[in-house]
Amino acid sequence: MGRLMPGWLLTLVQLAIPMVLILVLAPVGMMYLTWLERKVIARIQDRFGPNRVGPYGLLQPVADGIKMLTKEDLVPEGADRFCHLLAPILIVVPALVLFTVLPFGRNLVAAPLATGLLFFVAVGATETLAIFMAGWGSRNKFSLLGAVRTAAQLIAYEVPLVISLAVVPMIVGSLNLVEIVRAQEGFQWFLFTPWGFFGFLLVMVAGLAEVNRTPFDLPEAESEIVAGFHTEYSGMKFALFYMAEFLSALAISALLAVLFLGGWDGPGLLPDWIWMGAKTFLMIFAMIWIRGTWPRFRIDQLMGFAWKVLLPVSLANLFGAALWSLWPGFGGNLASLGLVGAVFLGTTHLWLRPRPHLPTHWVENC
Amino acid sequence: PGPTKGEPYECGMETIGDAWVQFRIQYYVFAILFVVFDVEALFLFPWAVIFKQAGIAGLVAMGVFLGVLGLGLIYAWQEGALEWED
Repeated sequence: MGRLMPGWLLTLVQLAIPMVLILVLAPVGMMYLTWLERKVIARIQDRFGPNRVGPYGLLQPVADGIKMLTKEDLVPEGADRFCHLLAPILIVVPALVLFTVLPFGRNLVAAPLATGLLFFVAVGATETLAIFMAGWGSRNKFSLLGAVRTAAQLIAYEVPLVISLAVVPMIVGSLNLVEIVRAQEGFQWFLFTPWGFFGFLLVMVAGLAEVNRTPFDLPEAESEIVAGFHTEYSGMKFALFYMAEFLSALAISALLAVLFLGGWDGPGLLPDWIWMGAKTFLMIFAMIWIRGTWPRFRIDQLMGFAWKVLLPVSLANLFGAALWSLWPGFGGNLASLGLVGAVFLGTTHLWLRPRPHLPTHWVENC
Repeated sequence: PGPTKGEPYECGMETIGDAWVQFRIQYYVFAILFVVFDVEALFLFPWAVIFKQAGIAGLVAMGVFLGVLGLGLIYAWQEGALEWED
């Protein structure tokens, strides 16, 4: 193959194949994720999900796609047209780029960057800017307030997410996601270590907040600030926002599977990408399950939780991982569990103490 | 789209005042805190990668750094900068 084409063409093809695969598979994955979400939430709520369009509603995402494409694309007058147009593009492109560093199999990674984890975090962080642009460009008070609240929530949860993600390179010694999966080969998943378990929980919670899913979806809940930053969007642009949210959720699930659940590691019966797919699916299912069961946080609870509980606990987890690595064996396990547990109990007690001017219905004798 | 369709949405009413309202100082405080802690988190990554070679000395040095920033967080907490006033 290398001798049939000139060098530059070979490079181009080598770059183009993963890009095309991601551009095709990620949106298809996202479409069927929306179907899965509607079905699962419906079953949790004791009703059927979509089942009219195609067998078991499997063509529902196609119908939704056609609907979104054919809606009129309104831009409010006086809105900043350039910002309004750029925001959905700026939010969906990073969401797609996130998939380039995730290893879906032993040799199935589009770009095995040596700083893969940092790249993932950095690209994910640009979505905050896009959301703010959407709110600003819409020339609508509700959009602006919704966007500013969303941005405040996203930056508040960015810090514990980044700190919780930093424990994995500590133990592995590399930011390369492929190396991280290799370090967990043979069922030595990081979930089974004390710092890995807490890291998993922390990344799950902070990750849910970063992708604006319940219980952190105050900015876009229907009964809240109208529809938040995407009030004034219709048609394809709204479809792009929707797509970006689900793509990010899929990317965070895949990241959780890679960092804590051993990525493509599994008993040799099935190919490695099926294991990766199964673990990602499990994470996505957990996120959908959480959406169907838990109520949402209020904005002040949301911010308080990030700064006062998650940030100290993620720092404690970092020290716990350090202690675990310096004292291998039972002592290290106990030390890290104890440290994180103590900080968690301490900060939640400090955060949840009853304050007279806010409703505290969970304290009966107030 | 005609004039009515082009208007920004405000629960079906005519809009009151300009859309680009002034926002509260609370957001600025959170943004500053975010910048500080994000830079701290950024410094954590190189340390994390060479953690095993740096050993106890590295842990103590990073512990001092995180401790100083942790004191800053406690100060912000005590000052009420982390409250979301309504």
